[in-house]
Amino acid sequence: MTVMTSLLASEQAPSAAEGVFSLMWLLIAFPLAGAVILLLVGKRGDSWGHLLGTLTVLSSFIVATFLFFAEAGRDAENRAIEQTLYEFFAVGGYQVDVGLLLDPLSMAFVLLITGVGTLIHVYSMGYMEHDPRRRRFFGYLNLFVAAMLLLVLADDYLILYVGWEGVGLASYLLIGFWQHKPSAATASKKAFVVNRVGDVGMSLAILAMFAAVGTSEVLAVTGAAERMSTEWLTAIGLLLLLAACGKSAQVPLQSWLLDAMEGPTPVSALIHAATMVTAGVYLVVRSGPIFESAPVAQNAVIVVGTVTLVFGAIIGTAKDDIKKALAASTMSQIGYMMLAAGLGPVGYVYAIFHLLAHGFFKANLFLGSGSVMHAMDDEVDMRVYGALRKVMPWTFVTFTVGYLAIIGVPPFSGFWSKDKIIEVAFDTSILAGVAALVGAGITGFYMTRVMLMTWFGDKRWRDDAHPHESPPVIVGPLVALASLSALGGAMELGFLPGGGIEPWLEPVTGYTESDHILPTIAYPIMTLVVVAIGVAWAWMVFGRDPVPVTPPAGSVLTRAARADLYGDTVNEAVFMRPGQYLTRTLVWFDSRGIDGAVRGVAAGIGGLSARGRKIQTGFVRTYALSMLAGAAVVIAALLLMGGRL
Amino acid sequence: MNPSNYIVLSAILFSIGAVGVLLRRNALVVFMCVELMLNASNLAFVTFARTNGTLDGQVTAFFVMVVAAAEVVVGLAIIMMIYRSRRSASVDDASLLKL
Repeated sequence: MTVMTSLLASEQAPSAAEGVFSLMWLLIAFPLAGAVILLLVGKRGDSWGHLLGTLTVLSSFIVATFLFFAEAGRDAENRAIEQTLYEFFAVGGYQVDVGLLLDPLSMAFVLLITGVGTLIHVYSMGYMEHDPRRRRFFGYLNLFVAAMLLLVLADDYLILYVGWEGVGLASYLLIGFWQHKPSAATASKKAFVVNRVGDVGMSLAILAMFAAVGTSEVLAVTGAAERMSTEWLTAIGLLLLLAACGKSAQVPLQSWLLDAMEGPTPVSALIHAATMVTAGVYLVVRSGPIFESAPVAQNAVIVVGTVTLVFGAIIGTAKDDIKKALAASTMSQIGYMMLAAGLGPVGYVYAIFHLLAHGFFKANLFLGSGSVMHAMDDEVDMRVYGALRKVMPWTFVTFTVGYLAIIGVPPFSGFWSKDKIIEVAFDTSILAGVAALVGAGITGFYMTRVMLMTWFGDKRWRDDAHPHESPPVIVGPLVALASLSALGGAMELGFLPGGGIEPWLEPVTGYTESDHILPTIAYPIMTLVVVAIGVAWAWMVFGRDPVPVTPPAGSVLTRAARADLYGDTVNEAVFMRPGQYLTRTLVWFDSRGIDGAVRGVAAGIGGLSARGRKIQTGFVRTYALSMLAGAAVVIAALLLMGGRL
Repeated sequence: MNPSNYIVLSAILFSIGAVGVLLRRNALVVFMCVELMLNASNLAFVTFARTNGTLDGQVTAFFVMVVAAAEVVVGLAIIMMIYRSRRSASVDDASLLKL
């Protein structure tokens, strides 16, 4: 047994960072330095802050590209590289080093974060041009990128937790960036509080790992999964899932994401679409061996993913706010990833594949919506858009590419990734497969609705609206992201460095070919038919007839979807109100019960002393008398009871 | 020699001293009454020492005298200071030590 384990360990042990890999720490150091400088330099940095902020992320991206090619040049087994930076702390036998683990999985994330991050930084230079606090905005964005990179590069769950909280902080700061708006301040608080619920799961999971394995190192914990008891594995798995639900806005912790759209649009694109909200999927895939050995937790992941992908899609059908429609779509797409991640080695690769593709096309769509808002004086209501395709041709074309990618039209990226998830979902559970298929249909419906309401139909603009195409600094990133959305499916092709995504991720996540229950060609046809039905239905409702400017009353389902399927109502009824009653009762008990008892004792002692002090008259003769009386009593007692004492 | 006579005398002297301490206001008189009580107890000590034929009581009486002498020194000084500051030697006047 010992020999077996050590053999396994030596096979999986990552090699130490040498050569170009010793520069791994620069990935995080660049944006971190950018954040520190931008947030400390004050007004002096206002004129160049945005340039520095973009440059740091671009530098990280360049380093990441070098590292990617260096990594792809190695054998598949030797692609995991570990760099220990310094000792975080050591308590007794428990030592935590700050170490980075660059394996194919984290490499994929690093490229996504720095690549899409760079494009969004460039975009923000134009989008935030007239904001007086632009330097601070870039500081926060840099902070986010640094924290996110730490999250995906950490080789210890405790270090991952630092990044996890870091992105939460950056998300909070950026959702509430326009702090003068009470709605933004409230939304940021809501995101923070809901995320804390998930973070409790994260911290408890780490404590459980320490209790069960004695360490929180990622590879040590996942490597020990086979030796741990099922109870521990289930507990850790469910706690990690809770953490993932919070960060990735999965049911039941989904409520914060829609409100998070109060933040500036680049934030929605980078944090609440492309990177941070996918951290939950990363966590599940990274902890894969734990879930594989704990079927209860794994099934819970599948259920959460399936429910959320339908839940988010339904919300998306009724939102008139373009960003909220896209946010609901994000929720739904992450549901797909979560579902795939819950399927085990057949699904991990596709979860990450869809995550990367989604990172491209959703960032593209969000930035496109930002470009529209930029043109329409920050108007987000799609009911007062319409017929914008002639005015903003570049944004329209790039948005359309993103649209085709998300609904999964071949050969755009979403087709390749989403189709795979539907395939493996069908092969594992018919129910999950049908849900994924229906979700794809609803995706077709709501995205077509967004397209029709924004770009086609009549002009329903407000009187003072003068839409115009955005400047090149905004259109440039859109074009780049549209190209990535269109060509992202090529990640599957074998001629790429690393040999395509499946062989690339296989050493980390494992990969098994799914046993198809239907002929391979049946899945894409089925999906395309369902998507076509969704698209056609949306055209019948929003394309054929003019879109009313005031929203119609709508059916029960529409009203429910408008109200986020009553997610907030449920939270209020189940958690907030009882919580308020509880706190009120506790406050009452505290002020009446505990404070009352303490004050009562104090008052009693005070009253007794007020009476007792009367004894002290100050007259010497009184004291003398009491001494005499006391002595007499003692002597009398001695005389009377002398024999017995 | 009948010791009970001496003891009765001692008790009478002690009672006179105690009553004097309790009833008189003049600090000097109170002080003298205290001395009276001390001497009453000395008398009792000496009487019992003679009765029992031991020296313990005699020795104690000497100790009491020495302590009383020391006490007089300190006590008179305090009374002097009280008189100087308050222009009165009445123990009832010096009743500030109360709440």
